[in-house]
Amino acid sequence: MSEKTIPSSKPYGLMAEFDTPGDLLRAAEKVRDAGYNRWDVFTPFPVHGMDKVMGLKNSLVGWVSLAGGAFMFLNVAFLIWFSNAFEYPLMVGGKPMFSAPMTFVPAYIMLIMGAAVGALIGMLGLNQLPRLHHPLLDHKRFALVSRDKFVMVIGAMDEKFCVTGTKELLESIGGANVEIVEDKE
Amino acid sequence: MSDSATNLEELKKLAPPVELQRAPVVEGNQGLGWLTDKLSVFAEGKTPKWWLALFLPAAFAGTVIFPICLFYQISVGVGAWGNNHPVMWGLDIVNFIWWVGVAHAGTLISALLFLTKQHWRTTIGRMAEAMTVFSVMMAGLYPAIHTGRPWFDWFMFPVPNSNALWPQFKSPLMWDVFAVNTYLVVSSLFWFMGMIPDFAVFRDRSTTRVRKAIFSFLAMGWTGSARQWHHYEKAYMVLCGLCTLLVFTVSSIVGLDFCTSQIAGWHATIFPLYFVIGAVFCGFGMMLVILIPLRKWCGLENVITMSHMDKVAKLALVAGLIIDYIYAMEFFIAWYSGDTYERWVFGHRIFGHTYIVLGWMLIGINVGVTQLLWFKKIRSNLLALFIIGVLINIGMWTERFVIVVGSLYQEFLPANWGKYMPTMWDIGLYIGTLGAFFMLYLLFVKFLPMIAISEVKGVMPAGDPHHPLGGAKKEDRA
Repeated sequence: MSEKTIPSSKPYGLMAEFDTPGDLLRAAEKVRDAGYNRWDVFTPFPVHGMDKVMGLKNSLVGWVSLAGGAFMFLNVAFLIWFSNAFEYPLMVGGKPMFSAPMTFVPAYIMLIMGAAVGALIGMLGLNQLPRLHHPLLDHKRFALVSRDKFVMVIGAMDEKFCVTGTKELLESIGGANVEIVEDKE
Repeated sequence: MSDSATNLEELKKLAPPVELQRAPVVEGNQGLGWLTDKLSVFAEGKTPKWWLALFLPAAFAGTVIFPICLFYQISVGVGAWGNNHPVMWGLDIVNFIWWVGVAHAGTLISALLFLTKQHWRTTIGRMAEAMTVFSVMMAGLYPAIHTGRPWFDWFMFPVPNSNALWPQFKSPLMWDVFAVNTYLVVSSLFWFMGMIPDFAVFRDRSTTRVRKAIFSFLAMGWTGSARQWHHYEKAYMVLCGLCTLLVFTVSSIVGLDFCTSQIAGWHATIFPLYFVIGAVFCGFGMMLVILIPLRKWCGLENVITMSHMDKVAKLALVAGLIIDYIYAMEFFIAWYSGDTYERWVFGHRIFGHTYIVLGWMLIGINVGVTQLLWFKKIRSNLLALFIIGVLINIGMWTERFVIVVGSLYQEFLPANWGKYMPTMWDIGLYIGTLGAFFMLYLLFVKFLPMIAISEVKGVMPAGDPHHPLGGAKKEDRA
């Protein structure tokens, strides 16, 4: 937190713009082949095929959702046994105090609730959202990403990052307006 | 540019003949930037007069009539309504089922059509989801006040308490509590999550500080990076799958409320399916009612095209035909069972006296009017579609009335027979919920992204990296 008292600014990365998803996809292949690791693309919508180029593995969101769903299912099944068969045994229509079929519907409904909450929390958590600050959001031209521009950013943390060399690479693969993004913190 | 132009020409030669091609999702498309402007301009522009003209009466009904009716009913008791022995379930349950029904088509359009990869759903999905969220709110209210003492509603939740009271989990009415609450939570989450990237669009376009602050808060720092989209798409697909389950679960459980009872006319195994399809049918009717005026007044005719309306109408027809089949089965089984009481109830639906008008309205609309949707001429006439949409809603409301009241008013002992007439408080509350629904819907249309901007862009040719308009080159295709 000591940085806060002394306003400093360090480069966050180099940003290049592309006009179409096709251009971006080809550029991403080239950046990957050049050996960069810390780079990302920013697009108005998910670009198909980008996962493969970036080597992104299957998202963990599904597992978080499954965990949420399983947690709720088992909990509600337990709750029904506890409340209707154990703590206050309730005889209704001569049916057994506890049986799997009667537990299923509420437990299944709450499974859906748990899984849905899990999916949202998983998505936000894995994306590190909500976040209060992101260096790119300070950049004026970055606002065009949500409109019709496709942006690639190579992070300054990358081992191969060098302002002139990386800039040349981005320009050679068709990136426009290659600029340094500052991290003002 | 010339490269992609020649590329496009070549692609056109390879394309199937015109009559086999799919209708474009957006007509007259002029690129992604144009699309962003087109889809967000309504929420940013000046409030039009038609909006105020609709909003003010809706807001009056939703914020004046609604609370007055609620206040009177809660302070006096359920006796304010027309419910009385033997018809203990009146308009409150009729309206509950009707509102849940309206919700279902919204989820079906946004979730099930996503799983089946129907690209055309992108432009109407968000509006359908909003319809779901607001109508579930209205639906959930009815059982809550029908308990008579709403301040004891927490008894329905498994909360440890000093009376050692627990809910009775063997009852479908109890399952309803969980189903409706889950439906509200999950459809709201789904709706909200879908809007996060569009909040970011609004944030980046905002010109005033207040707007920027609000949408920055709602977008939660969304940047649209490939990693974010990667998790987002997965979560979206999972939520779609869960919502699809809910489409088939919630109304089934409402159907179980009826079919687990002994009442003739309710005691039928077809009820869960019956209620699901009825719900979807009713919701498509509401979708027509909402979409037809809004596409015109919000200038979205290029985005919600005639082809969209045609598809919604066709889906309504499919649901309507299944409903017709179920009606036929209901009557057939009532006759075939040989059960005197069943035969009596179903016979009186169409040859009785008290509610015979409603019985014939049900058949006239749900069986008769629906058949008009077979004709392309009708499906391409917006006025006709709008009227059919309103009629479907009325028809499905009638159906619920006939099921609920029509089965109760003449039960097993003739000495128990009675009639049911809604009072002004019944009707006032219904008008109030309608007002509240349309008020919320109009607020949504005016202030939030009413069309899923990022999703529509993703299904455009310009958004496809393997299409010449999306920047694909010849060597990519080879």
